[in-house]
Amino acid sequence: MANDHIDITVEPGEVHALLGENGAGKSTLMNQLYGLLQPDEGEILVDGEVRTFRSPRDAIAAGIGMVHQHFMLVPVFTVAENIALGAEETRGGPLGWLDRRRNRRDVLETSTKYGLPIDPDALVENLPVGAQQRVEIVKALTREVDLLILDEPTAVLTPQETDELLRVLRALAETGKSIVFITHKLREVKAIADRITVIRRGRTVGTATPDTSEDELAALMVGRDVSLEVTKKPATPAHEVLKVTGLVVDDDRGVRAVDGVDLVVRSGEVLGIAGVQGNGQTELVEAIMGLREIRAGRMELEGQNLTGMSTKKILRAGVGYVPEDRSLDGVVREFSVAENLVLDMYDSAPYGNAWRLDPKAIGSSAAQRVEQFDIRTGSTDSAVSTLSGGNQQKVVVAREMSRPLRLLIASQPTRGVDVGSIEFIHNQVVHERDIGTAVLVVSSELEEIYSLADRIAVMYRGRILAIVAPDTPSEEIGLLMAGVTGTAGEDEK
Amino acid sequence: MIHVSTATAEDLTEVSAPERFWNRPRRLGAGVVIIGLLAICLFGPLASSKTARFTLSEDSGGAALSINGDVGAYLFGAITVVLGVLMLAGVAKRWHTAFLVIGIVTFVFSFLCWQVAGNFLPVVSIADGTFDFALPLILGALAGVLGERSGVVNVAIEGQFLMGAFAAALVGTLATSVWAGLIGAVLGGVLIAALLAVLAIRFLVDQVVVGIVLNLLALGITGFLYERLMQPDSAKYNQPPHMPTWSIPGLSNIPVIGPVLFRATLLLWIALILVFVIHFALRRTRWGLRTRAVGEHPTAADTVGVRVRGLRYTNVLIGGAIAGAGGAYFTLMATSAFNKNMTGGAGFIALAALIFGRWTPFGALGAALFFGFTQQLAYYLSAGVGSSVPNQFLNMLPYLATIVAVAGLVGRVRAPAADGVPYTKS
Amino acid sequence: MTTEEVEAPPAPEKKPDSFVTLFLRNLWSANTVTVTILSIFLALVIGAVLIVVSDSEVLSQFGYFTSRPGDALNSSWALISHAYADLFKGAIFDPASVQAWINGTGTWQAAFNPISETLTYAAPLVFTGLSVAIAFRGGLFNIGGQGQSIIGAICGGVAGFAISLPVGLHLIVAIVAGAVGGALWGFLPGFLKARTGAHEVITTIMLNYVALLFLSWLILQSGIQDPNRTDAISKTIGHNAQLPALPAPLRVHLGIVLAVLATAGVAWIINRSSFGFELRAVGVNPPAAKTAGMSVAKTYTLLMVVAGALAGLGGATQVLGTADRLTAQVAGQIGFNGLLVALLGRNRPWGTLFAAILYGALSAGGNLMQVDVGVSLELVTVLQALIVIFIAAPALVKAIFQLRAARSARLGASMAKGW
Repeated sequence: MANDHIDITVEPGEVHALLGENGAGKSTLMNQLYGLLQPDEGEILVDGEVRTFRSPRDAIAAGIGMVHQHFMLVPVFTVAENIALGAEETRGGPLGWLDRRRNRRDVLETSTKYGLPIDPDALVENLPVGAQQRVEIVKALTREVDLLILDEPTAVLTPQETDELLRVLRALAETGKSIVFITHKLREVKAIADRITVIRRGRTVGTATPDTSEDELAALMVGRDVSLEVTKKPATPAHEVLKVTGLVVDDDRGVRAVDGVDLVVRSGEVLGIAGVQGNGQTELVEAIMGLREIRAGRMELEGQNLTGMSTKKILRAGVGYVPEDRSLDGVVREFSVAENLVLDMYDSAPYGNAWRLDPKAIGSSAAQRVEQFDIRTGSTDSAVSTLSGGNQQKVVVAREMSRPLRLLIASQPTRGVDVGSIEFIHNQVVHERDIGTAVLVVSSELEEIYSLADRIAVMYRGRILAIVAPDTPSEEIGLLMAGVTGTAGEDEK
Repeated sequence: MIHVSTATAEDLTEVSAPERFWNRPRRLGAGVVIIGLLAICLFGPLASSKTARFTLSEDSGGAALSINGDVGAYLFGAITVVLGVLMLAGVAKRWHTAFLVIGIVTFVFSFLCWQVAGNFLPVVSIADGTFDFALPLILGALAGVLGERSGVVNVAIEGQFLMGAFAAALVGTLATSVWAGLIGAVLGGVLIAALLAVLAIRFLVDQVVVGIVLNLLALGITGFLYERLMQPDSAKYNQPPHMPTWSIPGLSNIPVIGPVLFRATLLLWIALILVFVIHFALRRTRWGLRTRAVGEHPTAADTVGVRVRGLRYTNVLIGGAIAGAGGAYFTLMATSAFNKNMTGGAGFIALAALIFGRWTPFGALGAALFFGFTQQLAYYLSAGVGSSVPNQFLNMLPYLATIVAVAGLVGRVRAPAADGVPYTKS
Repeated sequence: MTTEEVEAPPAPEKKPDSFVTLFLRNLWSANTVTVTILSIFLALVIGAVLIVVSDSEVLSQFGYFTSRPGDALNSSWALISHAYADLFKGAIFDPASVQAWINGTGTWQAAFNPISETLTYAAPLVFTGLSVAIAFRGGLFNIGGQGQSIIGAICGGVAGFAISLPVGLHLIVAIVAGAVGGALWGFLPGFLKARTGAHEVITTIMLNYVALLFLSWLILQSGIQDPNRTDAISKTIGHNAQLPALPAPLRVHLGIVLAVLATAGVAWIINRSSFGFELRAVGVNPPAAKTAGMSVAKTYTLLMVVAGALAGLGGATQVLGTADRLTAQVAGQIGFNGLLVALLGRNRPWGTLFAAILYGALSAGGNLMQVDVGVSLELVTVLQALIVIFIAAPALVKAIFQLRAARSARLGASMAKGW
């Protein structure tokens, strides 16, 4: 059960924040409200009337719009086609001939009216995520919604874009529309919400006003006092472990994703790569791991050439890798915990050889690592899909940290993970640094970069725009994330 | 505005990386050069110097284009090589698609000059036969387009053909009406399509599995009823009337095109009209927009209120009707009785035409005509000319061409993103 | 593929129930065995309907159903029970011939003939079924079993009549040739998938027809075609290359023993070998397998080679054990039926073996049914297809029998990755 008797009321003209950590049940609740999922019990009232939403059609008819965390846009359609879909202007009666001109005009009207610039003829797959989000908002607004739900809308934005979005939402609320703003970020909640509902493990645990302190909100959200500060000693960087020079990589569509990156990670330090998602971080990391073909450049691990090596050899050369998409790349959900823990070493002693597996060795090593990494599971034979997101991530971390490492690459290491697991994983990363491993952390969450990195590299459109010290203010890094250079200086030690 | 000025980084020029040498035009160019060389080194020497005549009629008489067999084989082979070299050299990039198409055509000509030397090739009857063989393929592939553009893989075209052919024969005979037979065929196709739709959409069974099993089911049921009903009493159950050929006055007198396109059966016209209708409907209507959305990103379509499953049901059923009509070809046009497993894999060639035609109506039409041409040619060369090329190898062409296409050797073939993925909420 | 196929099912965390309640719950929650049995039952019911509606005599009695319903019902029942009794007698045993053997009036061969026929039909299906099953576990949908068995039959057959070797060695060479031929035909789609991403469903379908056309050309060539015949048929397999069989008229041959060994081998590969671990990981999550350092391309290629070899063995078994010559129809439908067998066996090796025997039994019984009551053998194809349809849609079976919904594995649903 994701949700257990939640009550929430939203007033007209109100920005209502739904605060809760990952896996608390926020999205499930809103998907029920939008008709994508059916609640087992309980009712939804719109303007005092009980309504049942069997599908999004009913929700749209009731004046509800939603901007999903994963955008609901058809990539090969134009912006105008995406916005028209489901509410097409047509001519010719039953023939349903599309009236493209009117569709286009509607898009432009709404986008000017609310100050959300978009190009109706652009293909969605060619737009940066920020623009895609504007398309989503315009899509909801053209349907004249009274209630707009936004699910984690700031995850893909720079700090400045976030501020701008909050301003737009505030302006919308002033025109009488209600806004539900789902997030796990305390700063944003305090900046925009009129009222805050906090949910934890599928239950409402309290309501608050924006003047509640961040610490109080955090305690409410997690259920205990938390310190998100990672305590760590100053770094003691030593020799160069990873050296990347002139790296050029294309993405799946053949578009240049990494455009001449040079970087160095030293033993005993954490280099954090900040940047809005989709600026080449994924491709950079995949290229280093041998998972993606490179077009030019060179990568070295303590002088050993990694370029053109297979992933298996790179892993066994002492590189640990926590991929950004856990359920796609990190674990095999259908496999047991034990099998997932040997996904990298199944054909080597003691787990097996080139021909056969040794189930006994696999089982006993799994039991020991489940203990060591505090993986909460019924049994080592349980399928990983039965574990929570945080525990699945711990399986990945446990696997990758079980080999002797020279370099650890962690991509979005705590995405979709509960606070307890975040603390644990962050401490593991810092521990790895302290024993002399070079660590590369990629995160689109600036807070995570701040709490882990000893140096911060900002990536924009496939380039490292600058490498700055960890005490650089977030406004400055935010500008860099948007591609604005000039004010920030190179931090060279 | 949310958009922050990015002026400083906008104008970054891309770091230069070495361009891959074997890019697509070069690969294609190399392919064209290779087939051109094959023509010169194989067809040329093998061709006799006798005259090859291409008559613009249905027999050996009438106006004809003539050329010496060996000269033609060498000449057209050389043209193919030149076109390939042009593509390899990367000149006149805008014309590459034309070069490719002409290169393939000249290769075919080279081959024909070798084969026809000392003999004749009646262009009209070849074209006629091409459309004849292509007709069920067009209809089957269109059925596939409808299903797959909305996200339902249709491997059961063969089964729909077979059921359509059977129902056309049965109903046509019982009602002694060819049009009743056609309607029966449509219903037969819809029956298989309904099973496909319910099992794939409602019960979420893997669509390829359902398709394959439905083919076997159609094979079994039609075979069973054929042996139990039709074989013992074929006069009562299995003597359907033949579909009449109609001429459009005036138009049918146009040379070559007239007899092929305007002296034909209603079914051919239906097929060609459907190609246009489905093409424009997909691109220009609400139904088309929604169909494409459901095939690419069903969840997105659902969140804006499009009935994903309803649309898939509709499209699969319409597809079934079209494929069923394609099945009528086998019993009402090609032969005059139903026989066990008489479609013999045509449904899979239709599937190949769908894929080779990149999931578009006109692509499917082109692919169907190409495959129809190879079948007709194989037939003519083995029966009419007594060719040394075994017809089995010519008949392999559609299958081999499709393998080449999906292997990405001739451009990228991309299926709708959600093709074959059942839609489930949460 | 589902979690169900992972080696060890998750241990239940709840307190243990008594055996009886557990049994009842399993029975009524429509587990796989129940669904299988009900599916076979449903298929037989539909088959019975088909038998009745296609019988003109019974149909005419339904014409005056209202006046004398007994006629129609009695003769329907007689027809159906006779047909299905024949199905049983032809597949398992005929009480009359067993009685005759005991009385000394019949031979033991006659008593064992039905079983012998069942196993004869089953042997090649085991191989083609395993071919589909192992590929499926690795995330590949091998529809090319038909083409691979055709090429296997060609290679095995040609090795069987074109060369002359001593006893024993010749058979081994012919069998290996069949496996190698099938492996080659499987390698192609595997390699294309690995290198270019070409969908194996499309390429294997196309290769089926290429193989069939190649066979129909080959058997007309001199050196292959039987010089004493004008029709499309090859020379006879040399005696040394034929699979040893029980004395005539029994047809069952060594192939079924090889099939059981192959089942054990495939089971070991999937569950115990390193390659099996790779193929299972690649089967359910290729990106994760790749990220963990496995070579997805290598796994796909090797997997299709193994699958092709198995299907090739099926074709070789058919030609070396049963057919004795190459004809255009030598491989019959064994490739497509292998697909059904694998689905019915839920892509597990031993399940596939039992499913193949069941399908073999249907084919063997169908023959007797055709000869004895004139019900077309095609009914067997209908039954085989229907059984798999019901198996693949357990929700449908449960809806029909009002069974409680349960987490019964849904077949194939997760294979759906489109083209």
